[in-house]
Amino acid sequence: MRSLQSNGKPKITAKNFNLFYGDFQALKEINVDIPEHSITSIIGPSGCGKSTFLRSINRMNELIPCVKTTGKIFLDANDIFTQDVVELRKQVGMVFQRPNPFPKSIFDNVAYGPRAHGLKNKAVLEEIVEKSLTDAALWDEVKDNLHKSGLALSGGQQQRLCIARALAVEPQVILMDEPASALDPIATLKIEELIQNLKKEYTIVIVTHNMQQAARASDHTMVFNMNPDRSGYIIEYGKTSQIFTNPHEKITEDYISGRFG
Amino acid sequence: MNQSLTDQEKKILAREKASRKSNIQRRRISQNIAFTFLWLIGLAAIAILVWIIGYVFTKGLSTVNLEFLTTRPAGGFDGEGGISTTIVTTVYLVIFTLSIAAPLGIGAAIYFVEYANEAQNRSKFIQWLVRIARTGVEVLAGVPSIIFGLFGFAVFVSYMKLGFSLLSAGLSGACLVLPVIIRTTEEALLAVPESYREGSLGLGATKWQTVIGVVLPTAIPGIVTGIVLSVGRIISETAVFWVTLGGSYRLPQNLMSSGRTLALHVYMLATETRAFDKALGTSAILIMIIMILNLAINLSSKYFQKRLSGK
Repeated sequence: MRSLQSNGKPKITAKNFNLFYGDFQALKEINVDIPEHSITSIIGPSGCGKSTFLRSINRMNELIPCVKTTGKIFLDANDIFTQDVVELRKQVGMVFQRPNPFPKSIFDNVAYGPRAHGLKNKAVLEEIVEKSLTDAALWDEVKDNLHKSGLALSGGQQQRLCIARALAVEPQVILMDEPASALDPIATLKIEELIQNLKKEYTIVIVTHNMQQAARASDHTMVFNMNPDRSGYIIEYGKTSQIFTNPHEKITEDYISGRFG
Repeated sequence: MNQSLTDQEKKILAREKASRKSNIQRRRISQNIAFTFLWLIGLAAIAILVWIIGYVFTKGLSTVNLEFLTTRPAGGFDGEGGISTTIVTTVYLVIFTLSIAAPLGIGAAIYFVEYANEAQNRSKFIQWLVRIARTGVEVLAGVPSIIFGLFGFAVFVSYMKLGFSLLSAGLSGACLVLPVIIRTTEEALLAVPESYREGSLGLGATKWQTVIGVVLPTAIPGIVTGIVLSVGRIISETAVFWVTLGGSYRLPQNLMSSGRTLALHVYMLATETRAFDKALGTSAILIMIIMILNLAINLSSKYFQKRLSGK
């Protein structure tokens, strides 16, 4: 039906994945391969299940009562639903829509993940914190104030702190749920640059409402749409250049040219 | 557009404009009346408070001096002696009661807020238990303290044969403040943004690590407030301790000793002796302690807020 194949070794694979909130089906028959070491953006109108799908990949939806799923999602070749959820989230990090640093110092924010996984050695922690903050392009701005609270930073800095916090756990995949939607254009640009640098080491999946962002920042684009019964499905998936210049589906064209959504 | 209006319509328009102007005046006046009224109510409330405290302080402080604070009560029809042992007993009782009630209360609240939902999904029976426990806490919070006293007397003093003692009083007092601690802790936990929990879980922390590492530290100010409120509740309670602590004004030697708290001492001085001035003096001390406690709440919550927001 639709071209859901993409080049590159698949990192995340969804097979006949369905998700229900109680009786309401939010995701219908999701079949997709997300390639390794690339940036995949998910776009589509509001309420079509983009974030829901993203939050399925690290099983964050399980925090919501009465969510049921059928079908499978694989990380490499491992079924994520039979895996230990804590172990899974260590491999699949997440950056949320609103920056959510903990009310702790910058250092403690970044060291939180490694400490949770049992790392106690102070020297090693310091190294990880420095590397993560450097990778998140925040080190130069905060290196003299590591003991200041993370909440004292600006919104853009907070979001980069959250990215550093996710990197510190050394995940393989980073999920980003509209990471720049609460930020000003300059902070947004910084985050996008940062994401470009991260793809060498990580597989990045990013939900965005911003067409330009998807067009300039991602390698692959997944377009979600809504069925008449309001359940979400993937209408088109392919290279970003193809989706934005030569979409196969009329709906995709209408959506990216701003005619609806 | 005005040209298209007939004379009739213009008249209506003008009248409406005029009425709108007077309307603004009327609204201003009603606002001023409301503000004056609210001010007066506020002043009245403060005046009553100042009157009470002023009365107690002016009548009572004349009996308060270092000797009054450091000598033990000597009993008698004139309420001889000071209040030293009652201060010590109060401190003992507060510490003992809280060492029972605080861990229980905080633990219960953590379970209700962080774990109960999850457990409820697993079994109908647990769901039912949790609902009963929740309702129980709510009911207990509104039960008059003398009922806790009677319960303590029947169970701890008589049935378990603990007698009039710090132990009986502490256990009964714990029952009294448990609902307070549970509810304030619950509120504090519920006020922790869900995004903190998601952030922590998303990093691969376990639920327990999330509770200990992020949720509790963020909720500490609210929890501390609940604890300090309970301290105030214990200090000012008479009914419960009247029937569980006995009334001995000797210094308690161990948990099985009877004793007398400050508030209980006020009650006994006022009802069983002629030393009404000493009752007022003791009350003045009590009020000061409560004031200091409230100040402590304010300062500590300001301190925590500052630390949390990182300014």
